[in-house]
Amino acid sequence: MLYIKCPHCGWRSQNEFSYGGDASVIRPELNKKVSDQDWDNFVYNRKSLRGKHWELWQHLSGCRQWIKVERDTATHEIFNTLKANEDIS
Amino acid sequence: MVQSFRLENLGLINRDKKLSFRFNGKAYYGYEGDTLASALLANGIHLIGRSFKYHRPRGFFGAGVDEPYAIVQLYRNGETEPNVKATEQELFEGLEAKSVNCWPSVNFDIGAINNFLKIFLPAGFYYKTFMWPKSFWYKVYEPFIRKAAGLGVASIKHDKERYEHKYEYCDLLIAGSGPSGLASAYAAAKNGARVILAEDKARFGGTLLTSEVNIGNKSGREWADGIISELKEMPNVVVKNRSQVFGYYDHNMLVMSERISDHLPKTKKFHPKQKLWYIRAKEVLISSGSIERPLVFGNNDTPGVMLSSAAKEYLKVYGVLVGRKPLVFTNNDSGYETAIEFKKNGIDPIILDTRKDPHSEIVDEAKNLGIKIKFSYVVVAAQGYKKVKSADIAKISDDKEQLGKIENIKCDCICVSGFWTPTIHLASQSGNKTKFNENIDAFVPGISKQKETTLGAANGTYTLDETLKSSFETAHKLSKQITNNDNKISFPNVVEKKSTIHDKFWCVPLPKGKNYKRFLDFQNDVAVSDIEIALREGYRSIEHVKRYTTLGMATDQGKTSNLNGLQLVSKIENKVVPAVGHTTFRPPYTPVSIGAIVGREVGKHSKPTRKSPMHSWHVKNNAVFVDAGVWLRPRYYKLGDENLFEGSKREAKNVRTNVGVCDVTTLGKIDIKGPDAAELLNRVYSNAWLKLPVGKARYGVMLREDGIVMDDGTTTRISENHYHMTTTTAQAANVLSHLEYYLQLVWPELNVNVVSTTEQWAGAAIAGPKSRNLLQKLFPNSDVSNEGLPFMGFTEGDLFGVKARIFRISFSGELAYEVNVESDNGNFMWEKIMEIGEEFKIQPYGTEALSTLRIEMGHVAGSELDGRTIPYDNSLEGLLSKKKDFIGKRSLSREAFIAEDRQKLVGVVPLDKKTSIPEGSHLVKDSNAPLPNPKLGYISASCWSVEHDNPFSLAIIKDGKNMIGKKLFVMSPLKNKVIPVEIVSSHYVDPKGERVRS
Repeated sequence: MLYIKCPHCGWRSQNEFSYGGDASVIRPELNKKVSDQDWDNFVYNRKSLRGKHWELWQHLSGCRQWIKVERDTATHEIFNTLKANEDIS
Repeated sequence: MVQSFRLENLGLINRDKKLSFRFNGKAYYGYEGDTLASALLANGIHLIGRSFKYHRPRGFFGAGVDEPYAIVQLYRNGETEPNVKATEQELFEGLEAKSVNCWPSVNFDIGAINNFLKIFLPAGFYYKTFMWPKSFWYKVYEPFIRKAAGLGVASIKHDKERYEHKYEYCDLLIAGSGPSGLASAYAAAKNGARVILAEDKARFGGTLLTSEVNIGNKSGREWADGIISELKEMPNVVVKNRSQVFGYYDHNMLVMSERISDHLPKTKKFHPKQKLWYIRAKEVLISSGSIERPLVFGNNDTPGVMLSSAAKEYLKVYGVLVGRKPLVFTNNDSGYETAIEFKKNGIDPIILDTRKDPHSEIVDEAKNLGIKIKFSYVVVAAQGYKKVKSADIAKISDDKEQLGKIENIKCDCICVSGFWTPTIHLASQSGNKTKFNENIDAFVPGISKQKETTLGAANGTYTLDETLKSSFETAHKLSKQITNNDNKISFPNVVEKKSTIHDKFWCVPLPKGKNYKRFLDFQNDVAVSDIEIALREGYRSIEHVKRYTTLGMATDQGKTSNLNGLQLVSKIENKVVPAVGHTTFRPPYTPVSIGAIVGREVGKHSKPTRKSPMHSWHVKNNAVFVDAGVWLRPRYYKLGDENLFEGSKREAKNVRTNVGVCDVTTLGKIDIKGPDAAELLNRVYSNAWLKLPVGKARYGVMLREDGIVMDDGTTTRISENHYHMTTTTAQAANVLSHLEYYLQLVWPELNVNVVSTTEQWAGAAIAGPKSRNLLQKLFPNSDVSNEGLPFMGFTEGDLFGVKARIFRISFSGELAYEVNVESDNGNFMWEKIMEIGEEFKIQPYGTEALSTLRIEMGHVAGSELDGRTIPYDNSLEGLLSKKKDFIGKRSLSREAFIAEDRQKLVGVVPLDKKTSIPEGSHLVKDSNAPLPNPKLGYISASCWSVEHDNPFSLAIIKDGKNMIGKKLFVMSPLKNKVIPVEIVSSHYVDPKGERVRS
């Protein structure tokens, strides 16, 4: 079970969180024309990286904040966690 | 019966407490502090089971967790448990155990014929045989394999024992209480660290219990006892025996299984049988010691052949002689220690040492004691069927290839020592890449992957002095990093006998003309010849060899066999052992009972049960409940002998004719506040929300980004910047997370707060033509007329002193209202409704009637909004705003979603107006078409229409808009039904929606 440092609450076990996918995905702006390809990329296409990956987790059974977690998908090592409003460097 | 192999006054057992037990139906006794194994050996019992494949007689090989043979079926307190190791099971009064894998008895086992068929049962025989004829598989092969497979029988009864889980955090977790575990626990604890010390066995001390050493002028065992009692007194230390740390998981989380009651005849009241500890440790010290390696020779599985360390443990801990004429066969000094212990207790052992001329303090001591030692000698084969009777021995040439003349000597046990294998399982599980240590011919942990350090014998350090020094130092260093304390304890003086190097020789060649089985893996009957076959057949990777031969599999996971297997592969392949590599170590290190893994989360405890505030009223009024997610909801209220069909029909009919009330507390409720609340709703719902006036509700549909309907519900504008959203019962949690996702990550500029209020409000839906009359009496001070509170209107009212929210919304399609009060007042509200509603013939209705009402109205619910349908499929396309953007809108223009013949919601009526249509059935054009019959659609929900008094279903069907009036067939192969049906509009009742507005 992973040990995740919630930027709001501190260290908590994985079973308090739920996974939310790739954190680098940016939703196209509302009311803007989006090509089929761009929309597919947003909705479906993910890189499925091996290695460092910024991803979203929600501290569901805690502060309920969505956070950004930089994790190695192969080793589960976590390098960094950020609040929702902090940008991935 | 006399315990004829028990010595007087030796061992750590409690001789004041005799315990009686039964093995294979026969009564014996032992002492408190015995294991089942030591008690049986004390009674001279060596034959305990039959081997897995060949059904050869098997005895005891080890004295603990490494035991490959002595697996028994245990009977305790009316329960039975398979796969219990006799070497680990502590004796208790009344214990009962039986041999496994034998029929009719362990002494006469018919399966032993396999032993004579063994040339037909080579490695991989499962893969080679049983392949044809195909029809034989189910009738002959599978039943045969099932009967032959497995060791023991699982109980089919519900386990009445309790298992618990515990989460714990510590600075240092120390796995194993041998010398390194004790030293490091002591040093870290004295330096202020929070320490958990775990010991698998009942007794602390590990090898200190059996070795002749001195620490700080005390015997090793006395030193261990002293350390343990001191640790137990310290507030920062948790000391646990009977606790196996079996798994090393991510981020330094380890799992430990504590056997709290397994050593007792019966679990004490309010105590668990076992407890599973999830431990998050800042640092882990692995002090799991090492396991003695067998030597490989002919018939080395005969009962009476065992590890020399086990023989020593039985002697020193339990006062039990494993034989009176022991032969010690060794390639290192450890065998001498066992021989010396025999000699000290009046037994004359013979040592066969594969080495030519070893010199050390231990060897000298054995010589001085007059023990007979034969150097450059090996055991060629054990003789005897159910017990060792003698041994064929021979001198071996210096190059270890040639055997001399074979002699036979009498003996009743053969104690083998092939040097030591570090127990690196935990280190390896942590991700540590192990390395091969040539000096000890074994793998040791390499560079730490997680925060783990391996100490002592587990790290290949076999001298006590070095072990203690490194343990004290490491524990001090690590604890200092955590606590910033710098309390160093003085290092005690250590006295131990020096030993000399071991012989790398471990596998005795076969003598000419002999075909003895030389076993590597004792639990799975894998012999040298099996590995040879596997390699001959082209298996190269050690992982493949393992799976083909089953080397290192099963409950002991190759604790005694892995390394010898690797050495053999390396020898045949002419590769060094590290080039062969080892198979992956995976948790658990030892078998863990499923009960412990599940913990308390069984039956009703597997998830929480949520009840509405009106629950007790429902119970009193004969509600039959149904699980709705985690909620318990009344399905119907049973009157007399009514069944579900009759009861729900009565309730639904009463709604259509009079008035009914339904508990809708379980609906998800989300309170939304903030100046941008309307904008948020406008983005998450597909329809327009910006112009919804205060005091009005609106039905809305929300999509996922891929265009699939996520949920539906009504949202009401309570005041300017305050909305009350409802969700379906099932999606309540997901919708809240969904809103939080967009507010926190996508549109953080929106000034809105959302919070779940599901549990804060109790809800009652009042539905039926007489509902307004009832409402007027419930709220005499409010104007609830059609003009005062029109359809989709909202007002607050006073319910006999209780503040209430009144929504004019309808799921049943009737004139209906939903009244919410704070949860504490839920029961008061419900009773008032029932009391005042009596004159209008009110009846409560449950979820079944609720479904009936919505189905015949053509209202969609979870069975249509099933995560696979878009708004069009549910005839909700009218709710898609063309003017604004919303979540998922862009996806709706995908090709498949705009196809001309896109699936759509329809109604389905059986032509005979009698036959009920099973939910999940398929719709086809021609019931006699050849399979696979093209499917046009499926039945999503079925009911008995109370309005029309005939069956009615909803279906989602291809080209639904052009199917109305068509005659099709419903097919349910599961129920073996073919029903001719007509497709009708999904709005089967009140298609113009006049009632809700009346």
